[in-house]
Amino acid sequence: MNILKSTVCLLRFIPQFCLPVVLFWGAQAFAQDPIRIAFIDPQSGTFAATGESGYLQLQFAADYFYNDKGGVLGGRKIEVIALDNKGSAADSQQQLRRAISEGIQFVVSGNGSAVASALSTAIDRHNRRNPEQRVLFLNYAAVDPILTGADCSFWHFRFDAHSDMKMDVMTSHIAANPDIHKVYIIGQDYSFGKAVGDAAISMLAAKRPDIEIVGNELHPIGQVKDFTPYVTKIVSSGADAIITGNWGGDMVALGRSIIDSGLDVPIYTFYAAYDGITATLGAAGKNRIRLVHNDYANPVTNEIRRGYTTAFKAKHPNKDVTQPRLATLLQMLVLAMEETGGTDPFAIATALEDMRVTNMTGEEVWMRGEDHQAFQPLYISVHTDENVVFDADNSGFGLVTEFSVPAADTISPSSCKMDRPQQ
Amino acid sequence: MFEVLIFATLNGLVTGLLLFMLASGLTLIFSMMGVLNFAHASFYMLGAYFAYSISLYTGFWPALILAPVLVGVLGALIERYGLRRVHKSGHVAELVFTFGLAFLIEEAVQFFWGRATRDYRSPDILDFPLFTLFGQNFPAYKAFMIFISIAIFIGLYFVLTRTRIGIIIQAAITHPHTVGNLGHNVPMIFMAVFGVGSGLAGLAGVIAGPVLTTFPGMAAVLGSIVFVIVVIGGLGSLAGALVASLLIGLLQSYAIASDIGMPDLLNWLGVSFERDHPLNDIWRLTLPQVAPILPFLLLVLVLIFRPSGLFGKRES
Repeated sequence: MNILKSTVCLLRFIPQFCLPVVLFWGAQAFAQDPIRIAFIDPQSGTFAATGESGYLQLQFAADYFYNDKGGVLGGRKIEVIALDNKGSAADSQQQLRRAISEGIQFVVSGNGSAVASALSTAIDRHNRRNPEQRVLFLNYAAVDPILTGADCSFWHFRFDAHSDMKMDVMTSHIAANPDIHKVYIIGQDYSFGKAVGDAAISMLAAKRPDIEIVGNELHPIGQVKDFTPYVTKIVSSGADAIITGNWGGDMVALGRSIIDSGLDVPIYTFYAAYDGITATLGAAGKNRIRLVHNDYANPVTNEIRRGYTTAFKAKHPNKDVTQPRLATLLQMLVLAMEETGGTDPFAIATALEDMRVTNMTGEEVWMRGEDHQAFQPLYISVHTDENVVFDADNSGFGLVTEFSVPAADTISPSSCKMDRPQQ
Repeated sequence: MFEVLIFATLNGLVTGLLLFMLASGLTLIFSMMGVLNFAHASFYMLGAYFAYSISLYTGFWPALILAPVLVGVLGALIERYGLRRVHKSGHVAELVFTFGLAFLIEEAVQFFWGRATRDYRSPDILDFPLFTLFGQNFPAYKAFMIFISIAIFIGLYFVLTRTRIGIIIQAAITHPHTVGNLGHNVPMIFMAVFGVGSGLAGLAGVIAGPVLTTFPGMAAVLGSIVFVIVVIGGLGSLAGALVASLLIGLLQSYAIASDIGMPDLLNWLGVSFERDHPLNDIWRLTLPQVAPILPFLLLVLVLIFRPSGLFGKRES
């Protein structure tokens, strides 16, 4: 009825009379409106699998923890809207404009630091120019340190450990292995790949000066058809360990080429699991591929996490809980909404600063206020089929944690000089 | 250094011959229609996915035969009921049609097989290192790839130049009306050529799927490079396609294997730059970093200095 009234009003062009009716209808609808979250990630192209998997997990976490239990803020549901950025920074900005024009206040993105950097800059500028229509950027996976370092923004929050933190854990693990003398670094040619290489070199030099870096290669992201030529170089360099920050299709292809070449050395990665990668690596990668991450997959001792994973597998049998921190992200966002009693991005950003929560795995997560970087325990897991309760890609293979670092030991000083906007 | 050179050559051969399998179909179709088929790499992707699904039930070998046939039949149907109708509206319409088809196929693949990488494996019988040189394996499967590609080149060349069918096809390409007046069914020939071309792309997919991984982006990764080959080789020339494929395969492989870059050149010239120089990124470029754009550089050079391509006869 209200819709009819306001439409009729608008058609008659009598703003003086119409406006109250429209506003009234708007306010009423607002209470029932879902809280919408724009999920800007690749849903097509080389990295589609990663983006799709993230979207399904975020929507599932929203349903499982909140929507199925009556919603948040007095009955409002959380709705995740997937916007395809095709892995490109330019497309991300277009999708951001679309999200803003639809009145969405929360943007979640993660795949690619180039994308995250573009989004962070665009959102920062948008919020400065449109203080009445602000947007909050929740980054769940883009790990270039600069995003919470020199380029930090008040509107950006990172829920993953950045690559220097992960590299610190990885290099500690490498340094503890006396059999490793020569390390080869290969990565995608963009900010994150370069950051991984630089950090590996400086940290290994500090921890094990005797280790020689026999290669530091960058290849174009998402363009390489066949990694065999790169593997040839790795073999001839005599490397006895490989470090790579590759993800998505680039990780599968690189792993496959290394295995095909018969090179039998440990491979240290950030993302060599799930979305078809584990199944592709299969038995050939057993006990060779290691991964540094912040949510261990096996063994799971925590009941909430166990129930969550089981429920997720029941709904999406062909998918895995690859990024439990998406649930942590949602948990902190909802807590901030409940604390502030609304969805105002500025109030929520303020509430998120220095927030501490216990996530569904039972770990404490701290969002540092200084630079908006989250701290949580970090782990090194190995690709294997032994003691795997929750496998990946239904392949029987999965990740088993063999090395852990408590959150307190991952904290490094902040280098962020944040511009704090006024209310 | 020597071992790197040998393996770079082998890798270049494998990549080059794989590219040739794709380019051979495309070049056949181009010389027939006079229009580049943007969906060609999509048929390659379909081949890999069909073979993956078939191999789940029958194993690899029946899939090697069945998947390309399926893709070929699909290609023929698309020509018969799609392209042939669009043909009346001219080349631009055909181009746009194949362009749309590429998107349609990618979406269809994502719809049926999902977005994750599929675990499509090479057959166990070929799952051994053919030889080990300087501590690196050369998988038997790659030798198999080389063998199939060369067999296809010889087979195609023989059919096109030595058989009656080949003569009719060649005649139909250049003089369709005369061939039609002689009583041959020219549209039928076109449909068959399109089907065979798509089938060849499908076959390339079947063989490449296990090595280059089977995922929805696989068509996009190869799509542009195939056009580069067809243009460099000379539009419509089979031998040109072979030479251009090998050239690009080897060029990329050697570039990646090399270790030289701008810093070496600058050292040689005795020039040095500060680390914070605005053009610092350019001065630090290495050959392996720019390897993937070399084919496109070559494309530009060929278009400037020899617009008809290395072996091309057409001037248009």
